[in-house]
Amino acid sequence: MEKRTAEANIMEPILTVNSLTKRFGDLTVLDGINLKVREGEVIVIVGPSGCGKSTFLRCLNALEDIQGGEIRLRGETISRDSKDLTKLRQKIGMVFQSYELFPHLNVLDNILLAPTKVQKRDREEVKKEAMALLARIGLESKAESFPRQLSGGQKQRVAIIRALCMHPEVMLFDEVTAALDPEMVREVLDVILELANQGRTMLIVTHEMQFARAIADRVVFINEGRIWEEGKPDRFFDDPKTERAKQFLQTFTFERKRAEEGTSRLASESCAPDAG
Amino acid sequence: MPDLGLNVLFKGKNLTRLLGGLGVALQISLLSVGISIVLGILLGVLMTWKNPVSRVLTRLWLETVRIMPQMVLLFLVYFGTTRVFGWNLSGEMSAVIVFSFWGAAEMGDLVRGALLSIPAHQYESAAALGMSGAQTYRYIILPQTVRRLIPLSMNLITRMIKTTSLVLMIGVVEVLKVSQQIIEANRMSSPNAAFGVYLTVFFLYFIACWPISVLAGYLEKRWK
Repeated sequence: MEKRTAEANIMEPILTVNSLTKRFGDLTVLDGINLKVREGEVIVIVGPSGCGKSTFLRCLNALEDIQGGEIRLRGETISRDSKDLTKLRQKIGMVFQSYELFPHLNVLDNILLAPTKVQKRDREEVKKEAMALLARIGLESKAESFPRQLSGGQKQRVAIIRALCMHPEVMLFDEVTAALDPEMVREVLDVILELANQGRTMLIVTHEMQFARAIADRVVFINEGRIWEEGKPDRFFDDPKTERAKQFLQTFTFERKRAEEGTSRLASESCAPDAG
Repeated sequence: MPDLGLNVLFKGKNLTRLLGGLGVALQISLLSVGISIVLGILLGVLMTWKNPVSRVLTRLWLETVRIMPQMVLLFLVYFGTTRVFGWNLSGEMSAVIVFSFWGAAEMGDLVRGALLSIPAHQYESAAALGMSGAQTYRYIILPQTVRRLIPLSMNLITRMIKTTSLVLMIGVVEVLKVSQQIIEANRMSSPNAAFGVYLTVFFLYFIACWPISVLAGYLEKRWK
């Protein structure tokens, strides 16, 4: 893992955000955000509710129009006006908080729809890939099930696979466990953790602080529409520089105390592939 | 047992004539329903647009249909247009025009409701997967809209079939008109025919509409 990060450091950023500004009417939600994401980097974005972190993620996929700045994916500008917007969006996978599978399609058709209709790939080939991924998360028996027959955690894992089958270069996760029952959170986070271990480039908005600490290469703390601080997870969680970040982290104190063992367990697990 | 006047049904070709009348009624309603569905879907999509012009026009259409009795519309189209525009529309044609005008507006309102009930994140998930607007409508939005729409539109279809009983007023010989003719013709020989014939008409409408209600209930259960 250390080696991967070191390699990533010398690479060109895959995603560049320059002084991004987003307003809803008179309300400025994002105020000059700058961020460079390197290939293979896992960035976790934290911050109080309403700080703009979800909006930021949505801007990266042009689900929101922006009022200033620019977003570039490998040199190509992403905006609502981009001519190749649908092409660009195929390179950015996104999973949302609300379970957003298509209710009229079964699990397999949910996954196959975009690769076969948008990317015009061979159905059998995509199906093979989808089934292999479903098997990986233990849901191959659910391939013919409809979303309403799945639990929230299962739906989110299918949503992740649906995004993966488009072969995106960057994955965005917008509070994917926020609406889940506690016992289902783990199964979803484990999948994301595995993706991190495979070296995928990801931006994750989450309120799961133990998870953030374990998975992040870099933590970005957003408050009032600005990046207040960013850095290595251990540095950020143990020794936040700003008063606002300290305050924010204190709201998780209860969880952090219990997390002492939990964190090390998660951390050792995330390092497992290197050890093995 | 009182004389129910059912015997006239078996005189001559009376039963066949009644069924023929029902056929005319169903023909008018099915043709109108078909046109209403096509126009209604277009109208429903227009109704969801934020464009104020399309809003006002579609709203005006819907309100006209809701406020105006269908009978007035039938007279307007059948009698009114003949003198003013010199059109010579048949009764059937006028009926199809009025029923489609009415059906499209109500269907449009149902389509609008069904479209608006599709959550915004369905559009967003489709967009995030790189789908174009047309692909989103074709593969995501319309299939879900139709599932919500079919049970609702069944109700409209049965109402349209029932309302065809008005078209006898513009000279269309449908099931009710045939009934009147049979009753008139047999006024002396079987004075009780009114009961028997109208009872038969009641069952004919029931047979035409009941399967549609059953189908609606079945689809509603199946698609939840």
